[in-house]
Amino acid sequence: MTEPVISVKNIKKNFGKKTVLDGLQFEVAKGSIFALLGENGAGKTTMVRILSTLIQADSGVATIGGYDTNRESASVKKLISLTGQYAAVDELLTGEENLLMMGRLNHLDRQTVKKRTAELLEQFDLKEAAKKRAQSYSGGMRRRLDIAISLIANPQVIFLDEPTTGLDPRSRKNMWNMIQRLAESGVTIFLTTQYLEEADQLADKIAVISRGKIVEEGTATELKRLVGEEKIEFTFADLPSCQKALDLLGGQIDVNEMSITITTESSPENIRQLLNMLYESSIHPASFIFRKPTLDDVFMEITSDHKKGAVVNG
Amino acid sequence: MGESKWYWAILDGWAMSIRSLKHIFREAESLLMAVGLPVAIMIMFVYVFGGAIQTGTDYVNYVVPGVIITCVGFGSSIIALSVTQDMVGGLFERFRTMPLLPSSLMVGHVFGGFVRNVIATTVAILVAFLIGFRPEAGWLEWLGVIGVLTLFMLSISWVFVVFGLLVKSVEAANAITFPMLFLPYLSSAFVPTETMPSWLHAFAENQPMTPLIETLRGLLLGTPIGHNHWLMIAWFGGLLIVSMIVATFLFKHRKSE
Ligand SMILES: Nc1ncnc2c1ncn2[C@@H]1O[C@H](COP(=O)(O)OP(=O)(O)OP(=O)(O)O)[C@@H](O)[C@H]1O
Ligand SMILES: [Mg+2]
Repeated sequence: MTEPVISVKNIKKNFGKKTVLDGLQFEVAKGSIFALLGENGAGKTTMVRILSTLIQADSGVATIGGYDTNRESASVKKLISLTGQYAAVDELLTGEENLLMMGRLNHLDRQTVKKRTAELLEQFDLKEAAKKRAQSYSGGMRRRLDIAISLIANPQVIFLDEPTTGLDPRSRKNMWNMIQRLAESGVTIFLTTQYLEEADQLADKIAVISRGKIVEEGTATELKRLVGEEKIEFTFADLPSCQKALDLLGGQIDVNEMSITITTESSPENIRQLLNMLYESSIHPASFIFRKPTLDDVFMEITSDHKKGAVVNG
Repeated sequence: MGESKWYWAILDGWAMSIRSLKHIFREAESLLMAVGLPVAIMIMFVYVFGGAIQTGTDYVNYVVPGVIITCVGFGSSIIALSVTQDMVGGLFERFRTMPLLPSSLMVGHVFGGFVRNVIATTVAILVAFLIGFRPEAGWLEWLGVIGVLTLFMLSISWVFVVFGLLVKSVEAANAITFPMLFLPYLSSAFVPTETMPSWLHAFAENQPMTPLIETLRGLLLGTPIGHNHWLMIAWFGGLLIVSMIVATFLFKHRKSE
């Protein structure tokens, strides 16, 4: 592994009595994409805010490029840029003015600012809207401007806090492409997301955060192996059939939905076998669907590992 | 990095000032209010209440200093809103992850407020001339007026920066600045304080707006100033220093939140 550019050791953070981060530990390799995956309130933004020098951890050490984010924050600031969860653009300025101002405030010289601004407007497909005020931009355009701004000073490490939340599927795909291109240019990217699919598409390494701890860490393939490639979900008309199916096939039961979820391959042969097994035991499912593993599945799997046995949801 | 910290501090402050300058001309509503309100107040006082208020001079001459400081007070209060707006939006956080001096952001806001005030005050004085304002000030006294107003604008602007940093929402910023705008009414700005009930009279005599207005009145109309100019300098010089210190402290405090 190449040298880590971000290193986090035993970071803890409380807000009042509430423990938000409870000893986080991970490293991010230079030039890679790292995804911090977690539900609402898991502590993703808090971690980003610590790394980007906005707040201080209660204990533990976080370094970026070897500099301590707390004691050497001035040096850290020169390496990083933050695109927060909520777009940080100046609504009353035009897209172009936003970029020019941020370039100047990043202490670039006049020529460089102009050149970078033109490049970024082009690259982020904002050339036509360059002279319009940001308040007239759509959500997607605003996000693009937001990220363009954070690239103006050629940072080495970029923090993207939920970069695609609130974007339509098409803008989301575009954003993914953009992030990938960025990583190809050698920038290290630290992103947070609630979507397993997003982490899967982009990240070289994923860390799942839950209740202030990293509960699982690995590549997308490793996590998926943990969760299983595909899920089939049978729904029943009544609870007894649901129970019987669970005894027969295993998997996880959801009592409220009267369904069971089984990790399986999606081959026709496989489905026929499952349906036959149910038929022979006179259990008649009301419906079934295939689906990709979701973040829920990761959590269920991880927690069920710890508790050994099926998780009863609901 | 050959250049000194000061070099960047000035450039950052300048960039932020340009930003605020653009803001004031693009927030047409705020600018219109800042210019229109004092003019409206002046016209109302001169033509509606003026006849009934005995001040010993032409009422328009008496009331202009009060209108000017109401005007500056209102113009500056908008600063609290813009500071809060930056704080609640993500912009503030972005600035803080950049290698710039944090106070440059506040300097920008104060500068923007200053320009808005200069515009509004100039318009108010011009209108005052149109409706019969006839000051006796020579150019030296006018310079004095400019000096006094500059000190007042700067200190009151920093006070509003503090307010902007204190609150957590734009609505709250609005609410907290509101009472401040009434201070001029409880001074000698619009009526002589002797006409007020004694408890109010005591307050009006001892609050900072009264020496400010008496100093302005003295400079413009030649009425006796007495110690008022020193009182005024002490009040607003002190306020300026205290609010700058408090603003810097609050800025850091919010950082560790
Ligand atoms: N300044 C603060 N004061 C008190 N509590 C806070 C503060 N900031 C965050 N929290 C709490 O810490 C927890 C984690 O918040 P955080 O914003 O890091 O979550 P997140 O993973 O980013 O969630 P989301 O997906 O909703 O953005 C939440 O329960 C939140 O209420
Ligand atoms: Mg968040």
